[in-house]
Amino acid sequence: MFTVDNLKKTLQLFKEKIDQNKDYLSELDTPIGDGDHGNNMARGMEAVSESLGSKETETIQDIFKVTAMALISKVGGASGPLYGTAMMEMAKASATTAEALPILEAGLAGIEKRGNSKPGEKTMLDEWAPAIDAIKSDTLTEATLKAAVEATKDIAATKGRASYVGERSIGHIDPGAMSSMYFFQSLMEAGVFDE
Amino acid sequence: MKKIINQAQNVVPEMVQGFVRAHQEKVQQVPETFVLKQKEINKQVALISGGGSGHEPAHAGFIGSGMLQAAVCGQVFTSPTPDQIFEGIKAVDQGQGVVMVVKNYSGDIMNFDMAKDLAEMEEIKVGTVVVDDDIAVEDSTYTQGKRGVAGTVFVHKILGAAARNGASVDELVALGEKVVKNLKTIGVALTGATVPEVGKPGFVLKDDEIEFGVGIHGEPGYKREKIKTSKEMAEELVSKLKVAFQWGKGDKFAILINGLGGTPLMEQYIFYDDAMKLLDAEGVEISFSKVGNYMTSLEMAGLSMTLLKVEDDWVQALNEEVDTVAW
Repeated sequence: MFTVDNLKKTLQLFKEKIDQNKDYLSELDTPIGDGDHGNNMARGMEAVSESLGSKETETIQDIFKVTAMALISKVGGASGPLYGTAMMEMAKASATTAEALPILEAGLAGIEKRGNSKPGEKTMLDEWAPAIDAIKSDTLTEATLKAAVEATKDIAATKGRASYVGERSIGHIDPGAMSSMYFFQSLMEAGVFDE
Repeated sequence: MKKIINQAQNVVPEMVQGFVRAHQEKVQQVPETFVLKQKEINKQVALISGGGSGHEPAHAGFIGSGMLQAAVCGQVFTSPTPDQIFEGIKAVDQGQGVVMVVKNYSGDIMNFDMAKDLAEMEEIKVGTVVVDDDIAVEDSTYTQGKRGVAGTVFVHKILGAAARNGASVDELVALGEKVVKNLKTIGVALTGATVPEVGKPGFVLKDDEIEFGVGIHGEPGYKREKIKTSKEMAEELVSKLKVAFQWGKGDKFAILINGLGGTPLMEQYIFYDDAMKLLDAEGVEISFSKVGNYMTSLEMAGLSMTLLKVEDDWVQALNEEVDTVAW
């Protein structure tokens, strides 16, 4: 379940992972997108950590909300509204529960709605959906997360920037799925799923 | 790149500053944003539009009574972010709600949609009209479906008139959808455009080449050919519009010949005249005409031709006086 501490820890780890892999994410985004996913996400997470440092956040709902606003104001492109919506929906869900599963499911539903997309179209959903399925069946491991990202290689994109290159997107990992992997790794490392 | 700028990354804030200063009797800036709003807003449903910068005078040039109450300026050719749009919505809502006019680009759709969610959480009623008038291509860079281009200005004008005359959010959305269904645009480019921060043109046409169907961000068109006469270009665009509309004799239209930024008005009028001769021969009736730079693409040379199949009260709305910088 989420607590104020493990959620803050998650976001800090997520920021570190994005920073470490900024160039790699942009590299993944170059052949099938516009090559700025790493920089955009790094700028966004920088804003998140500034906001969390300067604003009063007493509940997990506050933290999700501040995170959402920081991401939507700083990331830009499609990733800003997609990650921002995920965080905003998780904020709404955390009004009534602190359980990780329903909160993350609300995030997933938000991404689907905002992107008008579903899993299987080579987007960040192809990391979110398998990760959440694994949480449901209590089988979430590093390996599950990695396998889901690798599997985006074989999909021809039908949504998002990569859909403009269609078939030519096959063989490339989806950058949004990769950055989402860092998010789920951060949740695990911060102990959100520990009983 | 040869441009009258200072630092490439500052073009939007510096432009906004200049615009507000030049037109302070009409517009003001919403503090700490790149949102411009009408100075004195009537008690009505507010109309808001916007998108990437680089299409001036769109959208800020259409702020004023009878058109837009606010325009949100994103970075060059880049959608504004939801927080900015949300600030715009809050700044102009008079309690009757707000209608957003959005051009059909994936980024714009997502960002405006998210702003709508934020506004609804604060109990502001928001309606959306999506404009996708470009008949050149389906699905291109930045867009799923058809792109939104110069025809958007007609949507601003007709909805602006209706909003000023007391229409509700739902009525405006319904009217907007009806207008968009009857609105079609197609363009021709003679050169590419250079985004200041990129420093080189998005695409290059040889000295003797033109491209039909290019988008307002330099998205690829449908056909590249050797340069032709104005009359021949008009024949190409009119024939495409004819197929799209399937018009009959006596059908009534409004026409907009829109310069893309680098084409002199002289050439726009020559082209307009050629297009009108062809439309006369087709037996369709033109009830309203506009020629000039309304929705540009930085310094791109070329123009677009918009036709709107009109009803009588739409012509009246197009003719209503407005107090804006650019209509």
